[in-house]
Amino acid sequence: MTTKSKLANEPGKVETIDQIVIRFAGDSGDGMQVTGDRFTDESALFGNDLSTFPNYPAEIRAPAGTLAGVSAFQIHISDHEILTPGDAPNVLVAMNPAALKANVNDLPTGGTLVINVDSFDERDLAKAGYEANPLKDGSLSAFRIYEIPMTSLTIEACKPTGAKPRDAERSKNFFALGLLSWLYHRPIDDTESWIVRRYGKAPVVAEANTLAFRAGYNFGETAEIFESSYEIAPAEHLPGTYTNVTGNVALAWGLLAAAHLAKLPLFLGSYPITPASDILHELSKHKKFGVRTLQAEDEIAGIGAALGAAFGGALGVTTTSGPGIDLKSETVGLAVSLELPLLIVDIQRGGPSTGLPTKTEQSDLLHAMFGRHGEAPVPIVAAKTPSHCFDAAIEAARIALKYRTPVYLLSDGYLANGSEPWRLPDVESLPDISVEFTTEPNATGADGEATFWPFKRDPETLARPWAVPGTPGLEHRIGGLEKQDGIGTVSYEPANHDVMIHARAAKIAGIAKDMAPVEADDPGGKARVLLLGWGSTYAAITAGVKRVRKAGKSVAQLHLVHLNPFPPNLGEVLRAYEVILVPEGNLGHLTRLVRSDFLVDAKVMSKVEGTPFRVGEIQDAILLEIERLGSPQAARGQSTKEAAL
Amino acid sequence: MTDLAVPVTTRKDWASDQEVRWCPGCGDYSILSAVQLLLPELGIRRENTVFVSGIGCAARFPYYMNTYGMHSIHGRAPAIATGLAVSRPDLDVWVVTGDGDSLSIGGNHLVHALRRNVNLTILMFNNQIYGLTKGQYSPTSEVGKITKSTPFGSLDAPFNPVSLALGAEATFVARTHDLDRKHMVETFRRAHDHRGASFVEVYQNCNVFNDGAFEAINGKENRADMLIPLEHGQPIRFGADGEHGVASDGHGGLRLVEVADVGEDALVIHDERQVNPSLAFALSRLATGPHEPTPIGVFRAVERPDYGSLVDQQLLEAQNRQGVGDLASLLRSGATWNYD
Repeated sequence: MTTKSKLANEPGKVETIDQIVIRFAGDSGDGMQVTGDRFTDESALFGNDLSTFPNYPAEIRAPAGTLAGVSAFQIHISDHEILTPGDAPNVLVAMNPAALKANVNDLPTGGTLVINVDSFDERDLAKAGYEANPLKDGSLSAFRIYEIPMTSLTIEACKPTGAKPRDAERSKNFFALGLLSWLYHRPIDDTESWIVRRYGKAPVVAEANTLAFRAGYNFGETAEIFESSYEIAPAEHLPGTYTNVTGNVALAWGLLAAAHLAKLPLFLGSYPITPASDILHELSKHKKFGVRTLQAEDEIAGIGAALGAAFGGALGVTTTSGPGIDLKSETVGLAVSLELPLLIVDIQRGGPSTGLPTKTEQSDLLHAMFGRHGEAPVPIVAAKTPSHCFDAAIEAARIALKYRTPVYLLSDGYLANGSEPWRLPDVESLPDISVEFTTEPNATGADGEATFWPFKRDPETLARPWAVPGTPGLEHRIGGLEKQDGIGTVSYEPANHDVMIHARAAKIAGIAKDMAPVEADDPGGKARVLLLGWGSTYAAITAGVKRVRKAGKSVAQLHLVHLNPFPPNLGEVLRAYEVILVPEGNLGHLTRLVRSDFLVDAKVMSKVEGTPFRVGEIQDAILLEIERLGSPQAARGQSTKEAAL
Repeated sequence: MTDLAVPVTTRKDWASDQEVRWCPGCGDYSILSAVQLLLPELGIRRENTVFVSGIGCAARFPYYMNTYGMHSIHGRAPAIATGLAVSRPDLDVWVVTGDGDSLSIGGNHLVHALRRNVNLTILMFNNQIYGLTKGQYSPTSEVGKITKSTPFGSLDAPFNPVSLALGAEATFVARTHDLDRKHMVETFRRAHDHRGASFVEVYQNCNVFNDGAFEAINGKENRADMLIPLEHGQPIRFGADGEHGVASDGHGGLRLVEVADVGEDALVIHDERQVNPSLAFALSRLATGPHEPTPIGVFRAVERPDYGSLVDQQLLEAQNRQGVGDLASLLRSGATWNYD
């Protein structure tokens, strides 16, 4: 954070800073996610670039005041383009001792602590496991601390509403929001009208929240405990209309867009699961688009219904996370065998088993790739940022429809709940992904009559015809048993099975012909180290690469959206680099795939802590690789030797 | 949709060119032929008819029908058919399943399809055995069943499929058997004509692994005394001369009586349209297995909006209220801002 002071005309000093990372932390009942969301919207409206990272416990209401119940929301705002929610907060707002204890280790020396001092009584300190009050024992001396009695000020401010103190106290998150809004010069009108809209049905609550919000704002302005307030200028942006989206909302909208572009009805079969449920919620709102959402009896029925709808000519989609993926595998296999379009959306979370339901991970790639019995290839598309979930959904649908295949669309908990400003696309410019249903016979039967062969492939794409029920003359049966090539009747013949396995594999491999070749981002073309990534690591890798380049060193970057098949020239691109480093939120899924496909010495950089990579971690790893390579000559000698081994 | 020009078809038009490959003597043949006899009478089109099945002997059924069809995964047919029926209300969707497929591995999907009242016609072939895997006991096998997997006799109590369907809030529940084509045709017709989920249990003989399982009730010489035909609005009685009947047991259940003993007025009048399923349930409990007098016919047929129609109604209401969805407006539905 760089600061330059200036004296404003208004009372109180105003400093201009280029960026700030703020973390709101409190009990999961304290409304920290709402606070964070509102601060995000205020910042987006103001024009800062931003990135957010909500981090909440799996328990809906863990015992109040305990470490297990701490919920946090981190936001990074800046006057320039940023990609990540920030490695560490500059400011930590802690509503109780547990929030402080759970987060203070992330706050660097010199960081700012805004504390709700009312909560630092013996009871709450004990619940958080503090033996002594950290505000009094000097343990926080490395930080700039602002102790503010938020609870009591909120209760006082809400007196005119007549609400009981116990109820009024619940508005303290709006006090914190008001205070931080003042501190960072956020526009507040929109929040005030939002409060009325959101809580309008309970006027006392709406009034209490408004009063608490204003009280927080005014407290900052009048209490003179802050040396200054801060301005962060709007970032420069490409012209256009922007909105702030989370990955799950962008993904849901992408599905609606895909159905619109394909001119097909959208059918979602889904079962509630964290962190994917918000897609079901979002799509369930949009009935006017004709989308049918079925909350099925289980994960299996969710995908089963989606496949049934696909048989009937809908864009069939199922949404889930890891535990659901396990259950859906048999139906994915059926869809491979039936060769029907189907989207399986996996919002990855920490595994194995129930794992870490609310934390992010990228550890389902190999399941998507191989998690079925038999030879059952499935294309995989991965979103890389929250807004990219929109494009990735359209691309996954395009592949599914064109090639009549199930497609895995991978996102993760970080993308799902994280948000970023999104420059809205012109709807007219989105691709046409519509396909034709077959309506006429395509073969001649033994009796010389025109007939329909459901597995007669398109010579170009190897896709089979999609004839939907209701089409006269094309009645046919499909199933999970092996089918005779072309005619599609049941066949147990060994040679035919071999033909069909190869045909299905060739069809999926051939999708690569349909992709643009990839190019590593390697300004100057001098880099020897390539950072290869997929999915939500995009932000941290890109920011890390930028920092390394800023320091005058060369590093290349390539981020994959298509993971099966890989882009047609991927091997060639990879082989041009001496070191291929693959940061991924698993123990080496993509690393294994590229090593086995291209015989390159890719190295994994793993992180499986339930949180995204920090930019600093990526930066350090790149520098270490560059340092290890040493001079170009030495390195070349070494790599030749390794190759010889 | 009224379709005035449905082509006249015969049984042959509904049979596919695939050779039927059930074991010779299997009860499935007569069920297949009953369905193929019925379909030309229903005034429906082949292209709008879909048979969906899971896995098992019964599940081969779609291959033999000259309609659209899907042979899917063990137990999952009701789920797959739900997606098809809900997204394509114009189709006639049939589910053909067996006792293992629908009551064991697929039990969950069956009960939820019934509860939702999805517009499906579900034919459950109950042969009380796993045939395709060569003879293990099934969830409808009697206790003590000796099979390859239970050489000392099975220990678990069976499901009563009709009771189960009633408990799952099914709006149409019936039972028929593979030795009475006319009864099958009429029962399937009623099931097809019912809007919503129809569940038909078909007692079906597996002559290889469980031969004669229903002989005690549907053998030619046993039928009159062992099958209790249910006819709406009629006193429930059976026997060659209607000498047996069904009366209240005074404790909320039913009992078998001799008409001569209790008089005709004591007989229970069958009412398949009772919203309260108690009578249907009591009827389903009359026999503990196919060795006691067993009701056949329609147990329950009540009206309740089918799930797909309710879904479509919501879509229509949303469009009437808010207009048809527009993608560009959707993308701008949150807070937006502009940069020049």
